Amino acid sequence: MLEVRDLVTTFDTDAGTLTAVDGVSFSVHRGRTLGIVGESGCGKSVTALSIMRLLPQPMGRIKGGSILFDGLDLARLPSEQMLEVRGGRIGMIFQEPMTALNPVHTVGRQLSEVFLLHRTRSKRDALQMSVEMLRKVGIPSPEIRVGEYPHQLSGGMRQRVVIAMALACKPALVIADEPTTALDVTIQAQILELMQSLQHEMGMAIMLITHDLGVIADMCDDVVVMYAGRVAESGPVDRIFAEPSHPYTRGLLNSIPRLTTPRKSRLNIIEGMVPSLADLPVGCRFQNRCPFRIEACSGQPVLESVAPGHDVACHRWRELPPLASTP
Amino acid sequence: MSAPLLDVQDLRMHFPVKEGLFQRSKKSCRAVDGVSLSVAPGETIGLVGESGCGKSTLGKCIVRLHQPTTGAILFEGDDLAKLSPSRLKPHRRHLQMIFQDPVESLNARHMVGDILAEPYLIHRMGDSVWRRRKVLELLDKVGLPANAAERYPFEFSGGQRQRIGIARSIALEPKLIVCDEPVSALDVSIQSQVLNLLLDLQREMGLSYLFIAHNLAVVKHVSDRVAIMYLGRIVEFAGADEIYRNPRHPYTRALISAIPQPDPRHRQQRIVLTGDVPSPIDPPSGCPFHPRCPHATDRCRAEVPSLRPAPGLPGHTVSCHYDLP
Repeated sequence: MLEVRDLVTTFDTDAGTLTAVDGVSFSVHRGRTLGIVGESGCGKSVTALSIMRLLPQPMGRIKGGSILFDGLDLARLPSEQMLEVRGGRIGMIFQEPMTALNPVHTVGRQLSEVFLLHRTRSKRDALQMSVEMLRKVGIPSPEIRVGEYPHQLSGGMRQRVVIAMALACKPALVIADEPTTALDVTIQAQILELMQSLQHEMGMAIMLITHDLGVIADMCDDVVVMYAGRVAESGPVDRIFAEPSHPYTRGLLNSIPRLTTPRKSRLNIIEGMVPSLADLPVGCRFQNRCPFRIEACSGQPVLESVAPGHDVACHRWRELPPLASTP
Repeated sequence: MSAPLLDVQDLRMHFPVKEGLFQRSKKSCRAVDGVSLSVAPGETIGLVGESGCGKSTLGKCIVRLHQPTTGAILFEGDDLAKLSPSRLKPHRRHLQMIFQDPVESLNARHMVGDILAEPYLIHRMGDSVWRRRKVLELLDKVGLPANAAERYPFEFSGGQRQRIGIARSIALEPKLIVCDEPVSALDVSIQSQVLNLLLDLQREMGLSYLFIAHNLAVVKHVSDRVAIMYLGRIVEFAGADEIYRNPRHPYTRALISAIPQPDPRHRQQRIVLTGDVPSPIDPPSGCPFHPRCPHATDRCRAEVPSLRPAPGLPGHTVSCHYDLP
């Protein structure tokens, strides 16, 4: 349904032009959930903003590739047509609900705006639809809440409002950028549960961006692992967690403490840190942290198929030892 | 068990909430409301709870960044809660703190070498040559290069800045470090590096930690015993393995079930609590957890439960009227 091909997004900065997303491809299928996981600076949020055409202007630019959605190429779509897609066919949930909502307008007014743009001309109808939408996302006494301002709501309630806005026009795709990162664990559970039940009911596809492998395992059908602007590995979630083929994915899965890890034991680590975008190594971007580095790694690896639907960008994926013995 | 290093007794920290034209304080925010816990030498106590439960306030009271309203903080037998600032100073070197955000907790205008030498200056230790040597030792201990001393905090990544914060906290060879969410601002691949460093330092220096965090998997990994806080109180306290294997309080159970496990084969049934954490300004009657508790009864609405030993489980205390199956 959504097919991103060789997306390249650049930013003009004082330090020159930085390539935040460098040849990223993936697709989201109808009614399914795709997770995009990676650490800060890996380009996961920039990918989302590119799809929504919300890159900060004038620095951010889609330099190459295509974003095919329902037969349209969003990378080249004129801005006026993009207005109909954004909020109409594709909804977006942001990380920080306080900044995503306008503090000086009531919840009802902000939600009505979506309906007035895409569905109706009558303000009264729009407000009625807003109340219904708030009820759907589990906000108690929505008739009262529509008249309130964002600061009067708790963090979890605000995120429900943001979800209501994203889903208002029954979009075919929802892009959620770290939707629960700012929330407490028990509230995160509520929001994830809500997203799952709404997906079940409305059948939309979800593109879920997060750094939390737990959330990915819990929510997603497929996953794309990004590192320094490129796809390191992608495939069905069960396969990626059971048989990760990229040293970075393996390193991540190995390093997180789990409830089953023996207490106070040394955790496996990934040495070093993510390279800065201004100073990327030539070839494989993970090479300076990779325990399996060889000379060939200074040539850029291409995505190779490990199994149907499971791709990895590593020169040595065939030779890697079974996961348990990874250093 | 040996004599505790730190023994907190019925600690309360109530902040006045000022209202109205004349800023009279009519209400108070009960951030910490009767907490008792002890830390043995070399032990790590994990403190878990959601935002607003008072876990950070408790940590700040213990290092006396706050003056607690009532209660005692016995540190090696002296009650820190009652000491004047000048009497407190000799104790301060044994009690240090690591903050969540290493960007805000390091002075951006000072070079790292000066930041690390400052504890020695404050306690009038050594001359400049000696301090310089100590700074290099500290950098080496936390895995930073010697030339870091001549650089400014902004030149470092988040993980490295947290290492600087850790180096500063161990400068005076403290006995107890309060770690307030030390890894939650860091990337996943950096978190485990910093956790390993904290564990290594503990082994090397015999440190005790009060480890405050909301990530239960992280807390369980580093802690010997874990306390779960809710609305300013401890609701359950037990050994780290025990509390995960056998949680007795309904809140602990919900909290554990809500952690998304990084394993798609084990998608467990989440216990989803309804509603939000109530405000500590206006806490509910009776058990503070009752409005969200799936097992609440009339007794829970009326009567405040006290922390009592869980039947048949030595060293395990729980604050619930009932013994849930």
